[in-house]
Amino acid sequence: MPVLLVPGVLRAEAGGASRLEIAAAGTLGAVLAEVGERWPMLARRIRDEQGVVRRYVNVFVDGEKAGVETPVGAGSEIQVLPSVAGGCV
Amino acid sequence: MTVLLAIGTQKGLFLASSDDERRAWHVGPAQFPGTAVYTIGVDTRGPRPRLLAAVDSSHFGPSVAVSDDLGVTWREPESAPIAFPQDAGAAIERVWQLVPGPAAEPGVIYAGSQPSALFRSTDGGRSFELVRGLWDHPHRTEWGAGFGGQAIHTILPHPDDPSRLLVAMSTGGVYRSGDGGATWSPANRGIKAYFFPDPWPEFGQCVHRVARDAGDPDRLYAQNHHGVYRSSDGGDSWQSIADTLPSDFGFPIVAHPSRPGTIWNFPLIADSERHPTELRCRVYRSTDAGDKWEPQHEGLPDGPYYPVVLRDAMCTDNHDRAGVYFGTRAGEVFASNDEGESWTTVAAHLPDVLSVRAVPV
Repeated sequence: MPVLLVPGVLRAEAGGASRLEIAAAGTLGAVLAEVGERWPMLARRIRDEQGVVRRYVNVFVDGEKAGVETPVGAGSEIQVLPSVAGGCV
Repeated sequence: MTVLLAIGTQKGLFLASSDDERRAWHVGPAQFPGTAVYTIGVDTRGPRPRLLAAVDSSHFGPSVAVSDDLGVTWREPESAPIAFPQDAGAAIERVWQLVPGPAAEPGVIYAGSQPSALFRSTDGGRSFELVRGLWDHPHRTEWGAGFGGQAIHTILPHPDDPSRLLVAMSTGGVYRSGDGGATWSPANRGIKAYFFPDPWPEFGQCVHRVARDAGDPDRLYAQNHHGVYRSSDGGDSWQSIADTLPSDFGFPIVAHPSRPGTIWNFPLIADSERHPTELRCRVYRSTDAGDKWEPQHEGLPDGPYYPVVLRDAMCTDNHDRAGVYFGTRAGEVFASNDEGESWTTVAAHLPDVLSVRAVPV
């Protein structure tokens, strides 16, 4: 079962969890769709309403920068990380 | 009576409070720290004031948070409160305005967004729907973007007629609806767009802000990207009221909450030199609907002054003795309890001030 690692800044949106077990596999798109169903507030922090990952959010699958078509296996680890860019000066 | 002053900044929301005199202020710590608060809505139609904050994380996107306890606690819905439907093919970049509807529609809240769109809530701001009549307007593809983005920054529901509504956007201009938002028409006759070959187009004007007169709902005031105007016919036509101002450039314009004809703005030198005129921190007031303006500066900083006041960063309260407030991009906030005759400093050294709202509670 893939696991999504939630960054500290978004854990409130996931009920305080740091790891989320995801039933869906296949692609990152399927994983994010499930996140949208089960944790909608977390999902909207990651993607906009058109399903596009936000500009200053990066998603990695097994340590590699990923897009919605990236394959996700049963044992994959998905990391969501705010980009080093973004923020405000 | 306590007066609450909500200060939206580039890095959080600050809530200041004062007693009836509005001379000494207590400023609370940053809420939503590190998150821009582009606008604040205050809905006073219910039993308790409701605060709505347009929070905008550069990492995690925009949202709207609501508080029914004057900012002690905030809540957000699970699903995005403001979002374009799938078929619109657009995504909310920022919420620029949150405005309660007229008294006759107690649950209605309007939101203006970037990209330029109007949203309507009927549940007090928990969820919003796109106003299709404006989004589908044939002019929309020709609306431009100001330096701050393409956004609806002004929403003026008619106080007595829920079917009448006015919005404004930079490089789009003023639009009105007379049927509750189903259809819209541009209302820019007399507003100059000096940056076009034809400076008098039907639409495309760079309106920075519109305010409605306290006594006559058909009397409107517009601060333009060069140009200050008055309409006495609900926006059918506009006439310049900039003759006695030191400059016709600026961002905010606000109207007295109860006295007809009294308005304030904050002139800047020019588009190409965005500093206060004569490099002095001065508000300008007119008490005759813009025919004559006078500077007001007692209590404001002396000496050369460079910061600007953004379009949403000036407001009045609806106190019996109206207060006037403004914040600057240097993080200062000033308040007047005597209609601008004298000013006190509410706060300094805050992040850039984007928005202020004041309400007696």
